[in-house]
Amino acid sequence: MMSPAERLIYMANQIARNFEAQGPATAAQATADHIALFWDPRMRAHILEILAAGGDGLSPLAAEAVRLLHARQGAARAG
Amino acid sequence: MGFDAEPDLGAPPVRGEAPMVIATIDGRPVTVPAGTSVMRAAALAGGSIPKLCATDSLQPFGSCRLCLVEIEGRAGYPASCTTPVADGMVVHTQTERLKTLRKGVMELYISDHPLDCLTCAANGDCELQDMAGAVGLREVRYGEGASHGALPCDDSNPYFDFDPSKCIVCSRCVRACDEVQGTFALTIGGRGFGSKVMASQDQDFLSSECVSCGACVQACPTATLTEKSVIEIGTPERAVVTTCAYCGVGCTFRAEMRGEELVRMVPWKEGKANHGHSCVKGRFAWGYANHAERILEPMIRASTADPWRVVSWDEAIAHTAAEFRRIQARYGAAAVGGITSSRCTNEETFLVQKLIRQGFGVNNVDTCARVCHSPTGYGLKTTFGTSAGTQDFDSVEAADVIVVIGANPTDGHPVFASRMKRRLRQGAKLIVIDPRRIDLVRSPHVEAAHHLPLRPGTNVAVLTAMAHVIVTEGLANEAYVRERCDWDEFQDWAAFVAEPSRSPEATEPLTGVPAQTLRAAARLYATGGNAAIYYGLGVTEHSQGSSTVMAIANLAMATGNIGREGVGVNPLRGQNNVQGACDMGSFPHEFSGYRHVSDDAVRGQFEAAWGATLSAEPGLRIPNMLDAAVDGIFKALFIQGEDILQSDPNTHHVAEGLAAMECVVVHDLFLNETASYAHVFLPGSTFLEKDGTFTNAERRIQRVRKVMSPRNGFADWEIVQLLANALGLDWRYEHPSQVMDEIARLTPTFAGVSYAGLDAHGSLQWPANAAAPEGTPVMHVDHFVRGKGRFVVTDYVPTDEKTGPRFPLLLTTGRILSQYNVGAQTRRTDNVVWHPEDLLEIHPHDAEQRGVRDGGWVSLKSRAGETTLRATVTDRVAPGVVYTTFHHPQTQANVVTTDYSDWATNCPEYKVTAVQVSPSNGPSDWQTAYRQLTEASRRVEAEIPGAAE
Repeated sequence: MMSPAERLIYMANQIARNFEAQGPATAAQATADHIALFWDPRMRAHILEILAAGGDGLSPLAAEAVRLLHARQGAARAG
Repeated sequence: MGFDAEPDLGAPPVRGEAPMVIATIDGRPVTVPAGTSVMRAAALAGGSIPKLCATDSLQPFGSCRLCLVEIEGRAGYPASCTTPVADGMVVHTQTERLKTLRKGVMELYISDHPLDCLTCAANGDCELQDMAGAVGLREVRYGEGASHGALPCDDSNPYFDFDPSKCIVCSRCVRACDEVQGTFALTIGGRGFGSKVMASQDQDFLSSECVSCGACVQACPTATLTEKSVIEIGTPERAVVTTCAYCGVGCTFRAEMRGEELVRMVPWKEGKANHGHSCVKGRFAWGYANHAERILEPMIRASTADPWRVVSWDEAIAHTAAEFRRIQARYGAAAVGGITSSRCTNEETFLVQKLIRQGFGVNNVDTCARVCHSPTGYGLKTTFGTSAGTQDFDSVEAADVIVVIGANPTDGHPVFASRMKRRLRQGAKLIVIDPRRIDLVRSPHVEAAHHLPLRPGTNVAVLTAMAHVIVTEGLANEAYVRERCDWDEFQDWAAFVAEPSRSPEATEPLTGVPAQTLRAAARLYATGGNAAIYYGLGVTEHSQGSSTVMAIANLAMATGNIGREGVGVNPLRGQNNVQGACDMGSFPHEFSGYRHVSDDAVRGQFEAAWGATLSAEPGLRIPNMLDAAVDGIFKALFIQGEDILQSDPNTHHVAEGLAAMECVVVHDLFLNETASYAHVFLPGSTFLEKDGTFTNAERRIQRVRKVMSPRNGFADWEIVQLLANALGLDWRYEHPSQVMDEIARLTPTFAGVSYAGLDAHGSLQWPANAAAPEGTPVMHVDHFVRGKGRFVVTDYVPTDEKTGPRFPLLLTTGRILSQYNVGAQTRRTDNVVWHPEDLLEIHPHDAEQRGVRDGGWVSLKSRAGETTLRATVTDRVAPGVVYTTFHHPQTQANVVTTDYSDWATNCPEYKVTAVQVSPSNGPSDWQTAYRQLTEASRRVEAEIPGAAE
């Protein structure tokens, strides 16, 4: 049984892997979009915490997507 | 609506376009399409030619010799059912000679028929009786002699009797089985006087190949084939047209009633989804509505360890509202959520999601489509722009190539399967992509041109290999793609699929599909004319379910098979209102009409209509809710008409999540498996007891009409309204039509839908609005909903569920004809005679290796859990693959399935579980513990006489 953190990391990696064929830049954006559209705020906050804690377990593409998500949320707050 | 038998014009209409011809029948001019039979033309002109072997649901047969007519200028007395009208033809249906001939024919029939009309179940509803009257038969001159009167009645079928002593050998039952159902289970055996109707090899009906669809019973003009309910109750006195509550085909029926007692369900000939046909479930399996286990009073309990306590509706509603408010106050607004039901009406699902969004202030609402067709919504919206199938069912009649992927229509969608088989008998070619040799692969008069028995979990690889063939062999429809799709995206996709690593030869080792078979199938799909794809949960319930849906859409666009009759991408929806539940905003990220909650303009419309501030954030999906519950932050769940403990994957995890909540409300007909973990039980109403609408797999919105009072006191929409108002909302719906009016105001694709419109049209396929006031049978005709069709690169990503030494076999699950999903309804009917338990199909090779014998008990074990069931040794499954159904809680097949799910939607990967099978002597530990749990959980506190005083 996965822990809540392991579950989110698995989901993010799985999404990223399925977008991977679209190329790294597009795939990272698409993964970030997907998480923004379909994950509830608590899940998004948790995956950002995981990234902030080093992002262990996140694939490079998933980590990049979460970084994009973080940047967008920062921009939204600033805006 | 009073009781009138449906009109029978005696012969079917002419198909397709035909020039009109004018004839004179009994002095009346009649204009009909060329090819129309004289019998039908006479009926259309208001006449009625006596008949016995003819009916308008079957092709003319011309055997009974009762429908004879005279035609000026022609010799003899031709049968009007088989004689087409010619221009200028003058027909007489009633002459002295015809009267004499008909009376003689009838006399012969009646001479070998029991004269027990007064006590016959069909008295007053018998065509033989009617015809004897119509021809003026007053005596039978033939004396005692040989007859069929002593033949025994076959009462083996639980739903109808076959009494051959009353049979006139008109062949209507045989023809109905052949032409309408396509099972070919019946025949006429013997010759002359010895002719008789036989099921299979002269067997009783129950042990024969008969699938109990009821077509023969419906076709029978006498009491030979009669519903047991009619024999027991009597003939009906009124009929109400309503919609079946089983699968996504959405058959409409006449509920034939006597008072508030349902006598029988008869498929409605005007039904646009079923055209007068039915299956064993919709036709006969409605007895659950009166089953002794149905709960009719609300119950609550403080702890799931306590027995239930029966309470008043007021107390149950007040308690539920107080619990949800207490939990939100203590744990936060987001600690609660709800699940809408695909078995309930559009209006009810709309109200449940409204309750969650408006009443609880969160978007934590999901629906059972999460575990079946959520990838369809994602995949088709991404590629085409809307989350629905592209065609109506009638479209199959124009298909030249039919591809069935991951679906078993003869079991899951039997009425549509019958239409599909009819088209296949007419010559359309069939491709089946399925790990199992489903019945369609080879059944009477149907044989697949190609069966691709792929290894479970390799759908994307197979479909991409088909795309490889189409692109590299130059079979793509470039003109269509250039006009209708994004050309740049197509080129990216084409380059991707054309890579040698995606060829049939390169992927054969992992898919198990012979490369040449796959190439032949791809060529047929691309070049065989109108090609239509029909798919089911074998597509969606995978870790790449959404990718597979998009891969299907890619194939259809690349070959130009979208946007006209006979083609398309057609998801076969599992439950009766899966489409509707999704349309109604049951997903946590979108409002009705598939509009995201973050869209300020859309959300603003709902906020204005509902007078509440709504969340712009997506809510939790069902698996997310369970994860959050285990995590200690999700505490209350309202579940309407869904049994997640039995239907959702990894039962251990579902149970753990439910057990971690403080208030689980189950709103259902029965104390289902989920109710073992519930604190509140609200009794639900059946589809017979309420008004509303269902939307079937072809986007067809159809009325559900109340035929009897709700035995529990309220329709489900009323119960949700009671709860909403107890939460402080001010809902004032007096009828579901008002809910539909609100849906129409807030949902552009439903803008033209109203109960008055549905009554006028019979049904409407959305989008139904100002642009399409008559509805939309075929979508994406001139352009895709999203504008240009979008090709999406779908890379094959193997599932993480791996076979290995401990778990070397792959389990895939599905359903069977006689049972429906978790079986809550069908297990409480006589359908259990066909399927009393879940069985494990295993290939003879795998069985022999393990010492498993046919009928023996086996343990089925995965990384998630273990259960036991009996084995069926069969080569329907390939070596290395085992299969079972999930209809029975005693088996709990989902104890074995895992948490793996579709990457885009979290739709569970039911179709791929690595397992081991071994002989077993007894139930698994889970089964033993679960039986004890349910027995304890279903205790109801005894009422103490006089306690109320």
